[in-house]
Amino acid sequence: METKSIMIVGVGGQGSLLASRIIGNVLLSQGFEVKVSEVHGMSQRGGSVVTYVKYGDEVNSPVIVKGEADIIISFEQLEAARWLPYLKKGGHLVTSTQQIDPMPVINGAAVYPDDIIEKIKAQGADVIAVDALTLAEQAGTAKASNVVLMGVVSTKMPFDESVWQAALEQCVPAKFLELNKKAFALGRAAQ
Amino acid sequence: MKKLMLGNEAFARGLYEAGCRIASSYPGTPSTEITEEVAKYDEVYAEWAPNEKVAMEVALGASIAGARSFCAMKHVGLNVAADPLYTAGYTGVTGGMVIAVADDPGMHSSQNEQDSRHHAIASKVMMVEPSDSAECKEFAKAAFDLSERFDTPVIVRMSTRVAHSQSAVELCDREEHELIPYKKNIQKFVMMPGNAIRRHPEVEQRLVDIREYAETSPLNRVEYNDTKIGVIAAGISYQYAKDALGAKASYLKLGIVNPLPVEIIKDFCDKCETVYVIEQLDDVIETHCKKHGLNVHGKDTFSLLGEISQAIVREKILGETAEFNEFPENVPVRPPVMCAGCPHRGLFYCLSKLGVMVSGDIGCYTLGATAPLQAMDSTICMGASISGLHGFNKARGAESEKKSVAVIGDSTFMHSGMTGLVNIAYNATNSTVIILDNSITGMTGHQQNPTTGKNLKGDPAAAVNLVDLCHAIGIKSVRVVDPYHMAETEAVIKEELEKDEPSVIISRRPCALLKYVKHNPPLHCDQDKCVGCKQCLKIGCPAISVHNKKMTIDHTQCVGCGICTEMCKLGAIVK
Repeated sequence: METKSIMIVGVGGQGSLLASRIIGNVLLSQGFEVKVSEVHGMSQRGGSVVTYVKYGDEVNSPVIVKGEADIIISFEQLEAARWLPYLKKGGHLVTSTQQIDPMPVINGAAVYPDDIIEKIKAQGADVIAVDALTLAEQAGTAKASNVVLMGVVSTKMPFDESVWQAALEQCVPAKFLELNKKAFALGRAAQ
Repeated sequence: MKKLMLGNEAFARGLYEAGCRIASSYPGTPSTEITEEVAKYDEVYAEWAPNEKVAMEVALGASIAGARSFCAMKHVGLNVAADPLYTAGYTGVTGGMVIAVADDPGMHSSQNEQDSRHHAIASKVMMVEPSDSAECKEFAKAAFDLSERFDTPVIVRMSTRVAHSQSAVELCDREEHELIPYKKNIQKFVMMPGNAIRRHPEVEQRLVDIREYAETSPLNRVEYNDTKIGVIAAGISYQYAKDALGAKASYLKLGIVNPLPVEIIKDFCDKCETVYVIEQLDDVIETHCKKHGLNVHGKDTFSLLGEISQAIVREKILGETAEFNEFPENVPVRPPVMCAGCPHRGLFYCLSKLGVMVSGDIGCYTLGATAPLQAMDSTICMGASISGLHGFNKARGAESEKKSVAVIGDSTFMHSGMTGLVNIAYNATNSTVIILDNSITGMTGHQQNPTTGKNLKGDPAAAVNLVDLCHAIGIKSVRVVDPYHMAETEAVIKEELEKDEPSVIISRRPCALLKYVKHNPPLHCDQDKCVGCKQCLKIGCPAISVHNKKMTIDHTQCVGCGICTEMCKLGAIVK
């Protein structure tokens, strides 16, 4: 099998590490070779963050380059726009509609683009936009937006739901499991 | 059993399996998790040392005592530990000694992108370089065996992408290595000139022996496919090359990067038509090849700067580029910022308002240099804020002393800031030093340090009292402020700047991300009272933004620190 690539992008602190761990465990359980590459340190402090997940029969480079991602999962609209060049032609972009102004926008040095999702669609990309923040709050906490998006992306990957449930159980502490399962279900039912 | 593991986590597993007994490190991205992970194994004693030099000396001491020992640091940390390293190269070891050093090509979280292979060459110490998590574990284990076999510390060179990528690792059992009986050996371990002179030839002979071993070591391997293109690479660069070229090229993958073999490289170059050395940062392997008269491409094709990727290899060697969509407008950058509720924010706002020269240091607070606060004039390396301020004030005189400060975190102060403070007291400048005490080592992800009262395992430990320490150093004026109270903080800074003596201000408030810190409910902006004056934006809080010309506060980010309420003259920001 040809190597597949998934990118998880967002703003530092949005929970991309948990998301990548869940996907990594799903893929490992299916017998793929998997590499997950994270960014730690300085860039996590509210900066743009990106996590790469690659899987297949053989995975070499852990990073994803422009035009290579089969799926991009974005926790924030502007980040979807930023990382769009990494999406393969014909790939899927799953994004939360959440907007977080970066400091240059807060300072008035730059403008947050409007109608981002429409503009991305106009480039010919397949976009699924979901209000993950509201769904996460419905599940019990805004922090579960990451797992809502896992629910959405699970519909774009050829694995049984039980595989995702098992990965959730492995990656989420027991006391938050029910809440996260609810968030996952809301994401899966969304779109 | 196979498990998905970070390179750093796999490295820690290798230490455990190899029977390592003692680990001492100073945190530094991207090396930190090795020591955090190894601390989870009860069989290994692990600690955070105050700095890398101390950590390496602890490891060497443990090795002399007969234990397999370890220390970890980031690339710039090896500069701090270079002193013990270069002489540990002479003494050699008793129990195996392994040093992890993590380079950061692309500077994801570093102040420079130095290539630590130069330290291995200069200290004449063996260095190996893994390319994925499975190799991190295997190389860590092999490094202990090689350390004991060749009587040398062995450096394992990590890089960001290897350290922070997860891939599958096969777990094995721990092999116990009993303490080697201690024997006093003055000739080997007392490095005064008469003994060191006799050690030096052994160091040179050891390099010859290791080079000979490298010719046949399983850590170096050849993969022949199409021989029109040959690639020589180590570490993550090998993965990029393999990804880009697959079976279109043959590979010489080097696991031992110092000393480099000669014969297998010559043989590989003979068999391949065009040979590329693909290495990040400096031209270490390429220079070695050219020294031996081999015709290879290297930095004529690839950059000395930043990271390589499969896309760069594909473009440079095959001339292929990928197609992709571009967002049709400018996408504003999203630089890292101080978190909402960060205690440093109030302090930096005061410094920005006062317009003083700020001699900065390494940590989260380096973000005080970014807009809108921009309250920093220099940042060089760990501890340089304080010593640099002293030099600045010696050069510019008494007027400068009243218009300049140093800022340094609690952990960085313990690392190498306090010697600078001793210099200020001893050699007398009326400098003002601000210790940003957030009760944790923040930037690297919350590690304990000698001021926090806890050790690496989270158990109670002796805590340095910063006020007493500063007094003992000879600083009489030591004040403690809460940076959430900006008016008071500003007043204290002004008073201390005016004094004709050196002073220390401890700006004390725990990091807002610490689990035990209780947050207030989020604040919100009363839209009827807000006139859109943007005064509150001057503190650069990521939770505050403008919508329809009025301020809004993001309730998912706000922790109710209340600094912004001091900015709003209209009382529009409310609970």
